Amino acid sequence: MTVLDSKVPEGPIKDKWTNHKNKINVVNPANKRLIDVIVVGTGLAGGSAAASLAEMGYKVKSFCFQDSPRRAHSIAAQGGINAAKNYQNDGDSVYRLFYDTVKGGDYRGREANVYRLAEVSANIIDQCVAQGVPFAREYGGLLDNRSFGGVLVSRTFYARGQTGQQLLLGAYAAMNRQIGKGKIQMYNRHEMMDLVIVDGKARGIIARNLVTGEIERHSAHAVVIASGGYGNVFFLSTNAMGSNVSAAWKIHKKGAFFANPCYTQIHPTCIPRSGDYQSKLTLMSESLRNDGRIWVPKKMEDVEAIRSGKLKPTQIKEEDRDYYLERRYPAFGNLVPRDVASRAAKERCDAGFGVNETGEAVYLDFASAIQRYGKEKALVDGVKNPSKEQIIEFGEQVVEAKYGNLFQMYEKIVAQNPYKTPMMIYPAVHYTMGGVWVDYNLMTTIPGCYAAGEANFSDHGANRLGASALMQGLADGYFVLPYTIGDFLANDIRTGAIPTDSSEFEEAEKAVRERLDFFINNKGTKSVDHFHKRLGKVMWDKVGMSRNEQGLKEAIEEIRQIREEFWKEVTVPGGTNELNPELEKAGRVADFLELGELFAKDALDRNESCGGHFREESVELDGEQKGEAKRDDENFAYVAAWEWSGDPSTSNLHKEQLEFNDIELKQRSYK
Amino acid sequence: MKLTLKVWRQKDSKAKGQIESYQLDDVSSHMSFLEMMDVLNEKLISEGKEPVAFDHDCREGICGMCSMYINGQPHGPDSGTTTCQLHMRSFKDGDTIYIEPWRSAAFPVVKDLVVDRSSFERIQQAGGFISVNTSGNTQDANAIPVPKADADKAFDAATCIGCGACVAACKNASAMLFVSAKVSQFALLPQGKIEAKDRVQNMVAQMDKEGFGACTNTGACEAECPKGISLENIARLNREYIAASLTSDEH
Ligand SMILES: Cc1cc2nc3c(=O)[nH]c(=O)nc-3n(C[C@H](O)[C@H](O)[C@H](O)COP(=O)(O)OP(=O)(O)OC[C@H]3O[C@@H](n4cnc5c(N)ncnc54)[C@H](O)[C@@H]3O)c2cc1C
Ligand code: SF4
Ligand code: FES
Repeated sequence: MTVLDSKVPEGPIKDKWTNHKNKINVVNPANKRLIDVIVVGTGLAGGSAAASLAEMGYKVKSFCFQDSPRRAHSIAAQGGINAAKNYQNDGDSVYRLFYDTVKGGDYRGREANVYRLAEVSANIIDQCVAQGVPFAREYGGLLDNRSFGGVLVSRTFYARGQTGQQLLLGAYAAMNRQIGKGKIQMYNRHEMMDLVIVDGKARGIIARNLVTGEIERHSAHAVVIASGGYGNVFFLSTNAMGSNVSAAWKIHKKGAFFANPCYTQIHPTCIPRSGDYQSKLTLMSESLRNDGRIWVPKKMEDVEAIRSGKLKPTQIKEEDRDYYLERRYPAFGNLVPRDVASRAAKERCDAGFGVNETGEAVYLDFASAIQRYGKEKALVDGVKNPSKEQIIEFGEQVVEAKYGNLFQMYEKIVAQNPYKTPMMIYPAVHYTMGGVWVDYNLMTTIPGCYAAGEANFSDHGANRLGASALMQGLADGYFVLPYTIGDFLANDIRTGAIPTDSSEFEEAEKAVRERLDFFINNKGTKSVDHFHKRLGKVMWDKVGMSRNEQGLKEAIEEIRQIREEFWKEVTVPGGTNELNPELEKAGRVADFLELGELFAKDALDRNESCGGHFREESVELDGEQKGEAKRDDENFAYVAAWEWSGDPSTSNLHKEQLEFNDIELKQRSYK
Repeated sequence: MKLTLKVWRQKDSKAKGQIESYQLDDVSSHMSFLEMMDVLNEKLISEGKEPVAFDHDCREGICGMCSMYINGQPHGPDSGTTTCQLHMRSFKDGDTIYIEPWRSAAFPVVKDLVVDRSSFERIQQAGGFISVNTSGNTQDANAIPVPKADADKAFDAATCIGCGACVAACKNASAMLFVSAKVSQFALLPQGKIEAKDRVQNMVAQMDKEGFGACTNTGACEAECPKGISLENIARLNREYIAASLTSDEH
């Protein structure tokens, strides 16, 4: 078995990154002009990487499948971005952010990477403000903060409910500056179809122009994959419709190990599903848990009355409500981490207390926040003895200023006014902590091939804390990759442009063409979505919020069957030389069908509960933590890195043992 | 409910397009408009026909990808709503719905309902940024306080999603609302003021080059903008532009 070399630098944790930067190879500015770098993806990770690399002088080629880099899925992030600025003077520090992230990840992340993330976090905010990102501010003109789940300080920076949008537009602007200067060549509406390896190094990609269908060869000295997460393997998720695993999967099949595929984040506060035609699920940002209280009725007769429309939630008396998070986790209350909140919602709904027709919904209630803010504002505005109505009016104004766009989004989808009646929410697939295995330099197991952002596995362990994905994406792209990539590229200053007429490019292109032609010529009987929905159902039912051995074994079998049937029966209308969305989907679903199996296999292999991965066989049996997830550090404190060997069933497992020198391994308690 | 859909079909940018008629019998009022389009496409595929190509991604009103001209209105009948956020409860049984792409010389049709908005990209590349490197040597984020009112206004302008509905709504196909949103965001922030003159001049010059029409203040853009981008931004752009022209050293 190969030993995975994480390349974590020596020395005390707080000096590792500085020492590393001082020691690694650098490329001088004149030579950077001779070096090409391909960046696949223009989200926070890819966009910031492309802009930074171009600023440093590299020749960058950027790819995204949307019609503009600004539309990458990062645009949809709502709640905020963490940074250890300690502006609120509430005891925050680099160490505390590091600690919270390692603990939040249930001790399954790599310490050194997480520390570096915390270390560069403060700089991200400086950078974004300098770029003109309009973060929320207080009346004194300084930056405002809010709290997110799993932490006891206020370190989340935000731009109303559109933080991802504003951060991405910042990175997009930085890219535009370089595109205008000719330093970045931008390929919109292009999809990476495969990686090209020459002499053991990543030297280019095959891309498809999605408008003309043309297959193109692009060479470079290094390739960065920043293609986002794979939550859409569940078909229904909060991800954008086009989010996919394909770029990451293609490099996996060419030699990049895929780590911890089973680590998925199921987000507790999403709008419940409404019907079979449903195409995606919508997140209601975690920031709402700052002010919203989660509950279901205590009494079954109230549940029934609500479902049949005889009672409204606002009519349920205070003492008849079960604020189950506050009850079970008094220390963190509504702000427990996502995995804990999701399982608690499932537990109540499985017990029959779900409040909508499907029985899969709980309330998120703003009435007490509206009261509290209303009274506060009345005081501030000098309104003496405000009436009940005035208090509500004031309170609603404050809530609107904080979460207006989220409330509006909710109302558009559900057609109910969340200022007047509690929101209904239920957990949904949201984020994937697993991804391409990378070392400390963010390099995959293929030399010259890097992975950044949600596409890699590195920082969030088995559960990501809210507002940490945006931080990681920008840390990778602005502050990590631009340094570490030089270490590899320093050997390429004399290489010269990589030719695209080699046999390696030839073969890769041929394989891509054959697969596309196959889809068009197959003329089966069922659409791509038919298979994607079936896969999604198996994943949700058996590899979702709670997993067990039998279910996982069944899932593996069922996914194999769906995959076989897919290749026989899928139909893709139209041709290859045109804009053909069905053809794009077919390729992505084919990859999901392989990933899905590896995902279930990884979940089966990890016979412990940790973070978002909950194995029913592994729970605390007694004591204060009874019923909570039980981690098994003795046997599972490792990163599971899978090596492709032709079929998911025969993939080889490599283990990177995790060492915790700076944080003591403890039971993760939020009680 | 039962619906008749009249959909613009056009094979590619060179082909001539035409309206085709389709019938859907079982549309739920809870569906989103795009889910209704998914149902139509599944039906077309099962009949061996080509599905309707349309742009979409986030389906929650933020990426700016979706872009349908529905019954003569960009993003359809509801105000402050993108196509993907429109729900079928806004229609009734028996309705006929016309679905067309954005119409503007600067947005050529790529296929069916998909248009080419790269003109917007080039305008942003001409000046929609602050020239600061990502070196990590910037000053502390709180070093320059920004009055909350300015920050809020800058934010409001910055929420433009670049969808192009403003252009599609305008009888002159003007892109002023879109351009003014970016110009305003930066003009309102101390960090953006430094390059304000060049920015407004370069972005406007590029806008003119792309073939967008002139603004005659009809306000259709504001009325149809799904993000409520205000006409105040156009007024601010005009002020910035005049000030820049008066004091600029360039000719
Ligand atoms: C609704 C929602 C809200 C969220 N809110 C928050 C939040 O408040 N705070 C937080 O920290 N995190 C949040 N997250 C998570 C966070 O937004 C994502 O993890 C993060 O934005 C991912 O960024 P990325 O750059 O890795 O990838 P993405 O932004 O997903 O970008 C992927 C890019 O890759 C391109 N691409 C993919 N495949 C290919 C291919 N084959 N060829 C060419 N290009 C390709 C795409 O075009 C795109 O440009 C949220 C996520 C969701 C779904
Ligand atoms: S100004 Fe409004 S309509 Fe125009 S592109 Fe921006 S969001 Fe769309
Ligand atoms: S699909 Fe993203 S805004 Fe409509």
